[in-house]
Amino acid sequence: MRLDGRQTYDYRTIKVTFGTDYGCCFVDLGKTRVMAQVSCEIVAPKESRPNEGIVFFNIELSPMASPTFEQGRQSELSVKLNRQLERCLRNSKCIDTESLCVVSGEKVWQIRVDVHVLNHDGNLMDASSIAAITALCHFRRPDVSTQGDEITVYSPEERDPIPLSVYHMPICVSFSFFQQGTYLLVDPCEREERVMDGLLMIAMNKHREICSIQSSGGIMLLKEQVMRCSKIASVKVSEITELVGKALENDRKARKAGEKCGFAESLPQERITALKTDKTPVEAMDVTEKVDDIIQKAEVPPLSVPSPSLPVPGVGQVGQNTWGLDEEEEEEEEGEEDRDSSGEEEEKGTKTQKEKDKGSQTADLIIIDEVVELSDSEEEEVVILHPDT
Amino acid sequence: MAGLELLSDQGYRLDGRKATEVRKVQARMGVFAQADGSAYLEQGNTKALAVVYGPHEMRGSRSRTLHDRAVINCQYSMATFSTAERKRRPHGDRKSTEMSLHLKQTFEAAVMTQLYPRSQIDIYVKILQSDGGNYSVCVNAATLAVIDAGIPMRDYVCACTVGFVDETPLADLCYAEESGGVSSLALALLPRGGQIALLQMDARLHQDHLEALIEAAMIACKGVSKVLDEVVRQHLQEVSMLTAE
Repeated sequence: MRLDGRQTYDYRTIKVTFGTDYGCCFVDLGKTRVMAQVSCEIVAPKESRPNEGIVFFNIELSPMASPTFEQGRQSELSVKLNRQLERCLRNSKCIDTESLCVVSGEKVWQIRVDVHVLNHDGNLMDASSIAAITALCHFRRPDVSTQGDEITVYSPEERDPIPLSVYHMPICVSFSFFQQGTYLLVDPCEREERVMDGLLMIAMNKHREICSIQSSGGIMLLKEQVMRCSKIASVKVSEITELVGKALENDRKARKAGEKCGFAESLPQERITALKTDKTPVEAMDVTEKVDDIIQKAEVPPLSVPSPSLPVPGVGQVGQNTWGLDEEEEEEEEGEEDRDSSGEEEEKGTKTQKEKDKGSQTADLIIIDEVVELSDSEEEEVVILHPDT
Repeated sequence: MAGLELLSDQGYRLDGRKATEVRKVQARMGVFAQADGSAYLEQGNTKALAVVYGPHEMRGSRSRTLHDRAVINCQYSMATFSTAERKRRPHGDRKSTEMSLHLKQTFEAAVMTQLYPRSQIDIYVKILQSDGGNYSVCVNAATLAVIDAGIPMRDYVCACTVGFVDETPLADLCYAEESGGVSSLALALLPRGGQIALLQMDARLHQDHLEALIEAAMIACKGVSKVLDEVVRQHLQEVSMLTAE
């Protein structure tokens, strides 16, 4: 049983969302958040491979992801992640680079995959690999046609952009080892990563082909451990590939149907500032008369003093409440709210409520003469609670 | 590479070896007088020089001192003349940094660093001629250099690359075989306990073949360890004969 309640072989929840452009993809692995963007450009090919396109990977560890990341410095972790992603995706030849050739020896497409780490909560490698391969599957490059020496690149409006030909989808699975290899955990979170002895990363695709294995950290492995890990990895990879396939399919359908899709749409409405409350139906008839009625029948509010000194020893008294101002305020405010427009957000609502507080209190002062006149300060009234009144 | 047959019908490879044969290993220890430990190792046409300084006081960033262990600092570089095309950047590029990290990881597992707290051990490896299996040759050369420096290790660290062609594992790949798109696995092993210090694989390989490949790599590494052991004993004999006089 781990810190966050998972079992040893459990992955955190993976969420894949897409941006508005083709080739932009966000992956959430628990709290780890990673964004991948694919872009393309026509360049001259490498001399050793004149008829193949170029694929370039880059992982950016932005300082906003974790306080340990520094801006500009290429840390060890950055090199490690970059190399692993390159080896996992490039050496396994998951993309058909020959189809990226425009004019052999002169012009080829260079596909650039930029992965930005937005939040580091462990297991950046897995999240980055999922993001990169999903973005590559999602990407569409502009259509190109050659007439003799002339090359025309069509914009997305003229001709539909073409997807890249992806042979297979390699996905990395990370295993962390603890206590000289006695314990093994899949998908370590950031805290587990800090105390682990070593890491084994296996990249596989759903056809059970291993694309890359890399062991890091100073651990000693046994052959049986490696075999067991590879079996676990094949199960996990097939699950994740299915999930990614579904996400791609959903996005494709959404775009076809013309729905709005993109980062802003997919962001969940979790925070209170984004929450809208429905109108609460309140009877607004004869409010002023009712209010006058209640105020006249109300008790005299206790003595109010400007300085906030509370000599009362006991707090949270039980019994008859002496906060005479309560009920009237509530009614007043509800009435006011209802009269205002209903689309008001809560923040604005609280502000206006405060104003109404003052308003209702000054109203009280005007109506009830027995209350001692306060100073002219703009502060709210302070009421002293006496336990035995 | 359509023209090159990596494994012929009779079971011979491009350079005439059989599938499980490792290339000829020749090594010499104590090559430099200045360094604490040094070694030169040739494996076929791949030649590497390894030099060890240490254990000595932490140089550079004192903050990286570990209170209970020694810090191992590795640097891997390739000579500009080591490859067919002149290498423009011998250090600092991503591949070299990655190799250095892997070497560091391998030796951290093998060297008994608990015996030298608050100190640093430097291992520098340079490839003079690259013909495939760079990482493995570096590890083997560095092992000899560490032994030459007198730093205690748990066991020899032997490394070997294996490839998979036509359902057969090929031990110790040369450059032509490596660049032919063969799935290659590099393994660093401590032979006595069968413990794997580093495992690295690129290119596609079906999961069912993984076990066979690791097994072949382990056998090749054990073969290499015998040779290294022989070299160490030979060197020790020579040195003791000289000092006895």
